[in-house]
Amino acid sequence: MSVKVEVSARTQAARLQAASGGPTSFVRKYIFSTDHKVIGIQYYFLALAAVIAGVILSAFMRLHLAWPGLQVFGGTMKPETYEALLTMHGTLMVFFVLTVAPQGGFGNYLLPIQIGAPEMAFPRLNMLSFWITFLAFACMISAFFVPGGAPLSGWTAYAPLSSLGQVTGPGEGLGQTMWLVSIGLFCVATLLGALNFISTTIDMRAPGMTLLRMPLTVWAWFVTAILSLLSFAVLLAAAIMLLLDRLAGTSFFVPAGIVVSGKLQAHSGGSPLLWQHLFWFFGHPEVYITILPAMGVTSHVLSIFSRKPVFGYRAMVSATCAIGVLGFLLWGHHMFVSGMSPYSAFAFSMATLAIGVPSAIKTFNWLGTLWRGKIQFTTAMLFALGFVSVFVTGGLSGLFLAQPAVDSLLHGTYYVVAHFHLVMSMAAIFGIFAATYLWFPKMFGRMMNETLGKVHFWFTFVGAYLIFVPMHFVGLAGGVRRYADFTAVPYLWSLQPLQRFITWAALVTASAQLLFFWNLFRSLRHGEKAVRNPWRATTLEWITSSPPPHDNFAGEYPRVYRGPYEFSVPGASEDFVMQSEGDNV
Amino acid sequence: MSEHPRTSRFDFAGKNGGDGVRLLDASGLVPQRTYVTGMTMALGGILMFFMALVSAYVVRKGMPNSGWIAIPELPRILWLNTCVLVASSVALVFAHARFRAEDDPGFRRWWIVATALGIGFLAGQIIAWRELVERGVYLATNASSSFFYLFTAAHGLHLAGGIVALIWILLHPTRRLTRGTATEVAAMYWHFMDGIWLFLFLVLLVER
Amino acid sequence: MTARVRAQRGVCRNTGHHDPATTWRACGGAAPAAMFAVALTVLVGASVYFFVWGKWNPPAAITPVGNEIDAQYRLTLIVTGAVFILAQLGLAFAILRYRDRGKVAHYSHGNSKLEFVWTFSTAVVFLGLGLLGYKAWGTRRLTPAAPNAVRIEVTTAQFVYYFRYPGPDGKFGSTSPKLIDPATGNPLGIVPGDPAGRDDIVVPTLTVPVNREIELLIRSQDVIHSVFVRELRLQQDSVPGMTVPLHFTPNRTGRYDIVCTQLCGLGHHRMHSYLNVVSRSEYEKFLTQQERLLQQTSSQ
Repeated sequence: MSVKVEVSARTQAARLQAASGGPTSFVRKYIFSTDHKVIGIQYYFLALAAVIAGVILSAFMRLHLAWPGLQVFGGTMKPETYEALLTMHGTLMVFFVLTVAPQGGFGNYLLPIQIGAPEMAFPRLNMLSFWITFLAFACMISAFFVPGGAPLSGWTAYAPLSSLGQVTGPGEGLGQTMWLVSIGLFCVATLLGALNFISTTIDMRAPGMTLLRMPLTVWAWFVTAILSLLSFAVLLAAAIMLLLDRLAGTSFFVPAGIVVSGKLQAHSGGSPLLWQHLFWFFGHPEVYITILPAMGVTSHVLSIFSRKPVFGYRAMVSATCAIGVLGFLLWGHHMFVSGMSPYSAFAFSMATLAIGVPSAIKTFNWLGTLWRGKIQFTTAMLFALGFVSVFVTGGLSGLFLAQPAVDSLLHGTYYVVAHFHLVMSMAAIFGIFAATYLWFPKMFGRMMNETLGKVHFWFTFVGAYLIFVPMHFVGLAGGVRRYADFTAVPYLWSLQPLQRFITWAALVTASAQLLFFWNLFRSLRHGEKAVRNPWRATTLEWITSSPPPHDNFAGEYPRVYRGPYEFSVPGASEDFVMQSEGDNV
Repeated sequence: MSEHPRTSRFDFAGKNGGDGVRLLDASGLVPQRTYVTGMTMALGGILMFFMALVSAYVVRKGMPNSGWIAIPELPRILWLNTCVLVASSVALVFAHARFRAEDDPGFRRWWIVATALGIGFLAGQIIAWRELVERGVYLATNASSSFFYLFTAAHGLHLAGGIVALIWILLHPTRRLTRGTATEVAAMYWHFMDGIWLFLFLVLLVER
Repeated sequence: MTARVRAQRGVCRNTGHHDPATTWRACGGAAPAAMFAVALTVLVGASVYFFVWGKWNPPAAITPVGNEIDAQYRLTLIVTGAVFILAQLGLAFAILRYRDRGKVAHYSHGNSKLEFVWTFSTAVVFLGLGLLGYKAWGTRRLTPAAPNAVRIEVTTAQFVYYFRYPGPDGKFGSTSPKLIDPATGNPLGIVPGDPAGRDDIVVPTLTVPVNREIELLIRSQDVIHSVFVRELRLQQDSVPGMTVPLHFTPNRTGRYDIVCTQLCGLGHHRMHSYLNVVSRSEYEKFLTQQERLLQQTSSQ
């Protein structure tokens, strides 16, 4: 099962120290830890804090949209407050939840274990990237409390709204600056994390763990890390330039002759579209950064609980890589009506439709994995099945937006909001939930309550559809997104019954998440003790104890003999064969 | 300063299983090649960062109504700086060769020369800035000067980090990396930043 | 613990397994499978119902290109609808049919031939859809407006629209950002000395003649805004520093809402105007009326 490697005495001693449990002081062990497992959990809890904040913001937004006169905290919501909530909701969710939890959280915790490595390639760098992320989060949250409050330019921060300071809106002063600094820090942290993930995957795999024996989760984290490395570097450059426009009076993104509230601005010759190009060159890969890990988890979970190998493993790997490559070629589909050259729309449109193909391959293979399987409805499995459904629905509505002509109607409406919430946010969240229910026993050594988990699933699954299917119709009718209220335009006000329905659905669904938090925190202390391999799965995280020791394998480093999803192998004594099981077993 | 023979990239996880002697770092957990891989990835990210700046430069300059006024004449000292930086890279190549020949004094000598030339380059860049400031060309004067300062500052910061690393390697025994890996990784970074400067300088000269 | 108690705790264990205390297994119960299948069927049914019902479809298009876009929308709806129904019901079927009934799963790593056919056919369908839909984009965006089109300049600012007609001379007067001053009645900063600008008409709503080609020249004074009229199936950002041309030919009279779809600040939601499509005679009347108004104010 394990392999002894000939190493020097010094190395041997260092390994023994690692295997014996690592540092013992509280600060070294739990706060400034270099253990990827501790860091993974830190990332995960950071994402939980961010998601709680993000959901509360959206609840306030939904309440205000449904009943604009509603008194909360002794007053009705001001439009600038609404837009600040909108900006911060998007920013927190996209960066600090959907980027942090799947990659920083689960990727950190499980990637080294799944490839049989004792540690990340650069443990101290890993710690650094977490703490920079934490700093970025603190900086982002504090934008609420500076004079003028949080910025109101949306998570896309389009210049020149975002680049002229307080004249364009209350949150555009210090709040927007804090926002940019936070994003800059986040970029640095993510870049450091990404190079760590890539190096670990390339160089730290256990003997026998060839590339095509890696679990699909590892492939997903690996490709995601490459996307992060290439795209966040561009966002960092863009953020620095926008910061200079704001603070140093440069004119990268601000054209000449701008008059705001009667005041002529001193800038000259800049290009607002340049910001959009740079932002979306990052922003579109970012969509895949959030969704690829969820796809990996879904493949993993579907295979385990269908007791079947993944259908078309190589096709899945190719599709993941194809999504990675194509993801860089279609940022312009966010800009069909931006004033960009209408000729380039064709190329961006075609590339966008082309990325539907690898997505369709994945869907086909997920169904193929279920086909003739032996499906067991654990909570993790329910969320993975829910992922497939939600991803298909949200993905298909993207085919409308991918065509510039149809986009001329739907761009900037709630149709877009519905589309990206389903295919990116809900799908990614379903992936995070599936991962949580699957790996909680491994990470914390205890089981979560499955009954509560299933109730949580049904509320979330039905709730997601009740919120976002009606939202497509709001958009189809011309309902404009990012409006603080709809009272000014009669036809928008006529859509209010749909808006109220969505708000009710959102409030119920959001409340149902309390079940999840209750389950999570209660199980930490009171859950039933977990065994090594509670789900009878095949990959390397299940050969070690729950939770794993400091060096993951207590000195018994595994050797890999087979692919990651050998379920129901004819002739085997069990319906699963571990990756580390030799042929003689 | 003896080195283990270099192991191939995939030895740790190769098809053959990678049994046998593997070169690990002091933690006993990480193969030395990983530091080279990590640096390669870091350089990939840095390349994207500078490509973003350069493409922004080209787009911004090509805008209709860009109001672009080229800096009348780039400070002449930039040519000298460029030569100094290239010389520094050459010195680092010599240092590396001395290292492989296990000639420690020779290695140290060339390494110090490379570091000193690097510091000289940075000093020269600051002189170039001062010259522009004296001419009244500031960061916000025109997009051309904004980009000039942005390019040189971003590159200079990266290079300053490289100088810290060079000095660190000279003065401290590295803990997790072997000396050989440390010098190799530092040299990769240094040559790469040299190349980035040549590219940026070319852009500033040609796309004026 | 008996099997019944375990089931109550929501977890079925594989009682047949040799070491029940250390293995957890959810059962492939009929209830979750049925619930899932019902949920997906309801999803499919409700989605089809609401899309066919069309209660929230946008009002009928008022341009020929708008009709083309609607046709492309319907084609996309049929294609994606078919894929949606097949995929969701396929998922429902798989969940029902292949739930754990105690039999061993089929050991298979996939089927390359099937994979290839599927990949090829989705590629053809998706890319074909894009090619078909490109015509509607091209007729509006890639061909310039006819020389005799009615030219109207649209200027956006936080949080208003201004529409400028060139007046009898057919020429727009030059503008200067320094002169922008809504308080003194010169919100666009028209240069007073320019004779071409003297007869320019500036109004807060857009009035255009029916069945004539209209070309809008879209500009912005401060941040990015946009012009969206759902009946035109048309949306265009107004970008400071740029003049974006856009043309259309409305074929039905009426009053339509113009709204802003690009986040532009705290008044984004109240940035609103009207597009009045009127008969040719009414349009002439509108112009002469505005010209008279202009003469009155300038003579004062």
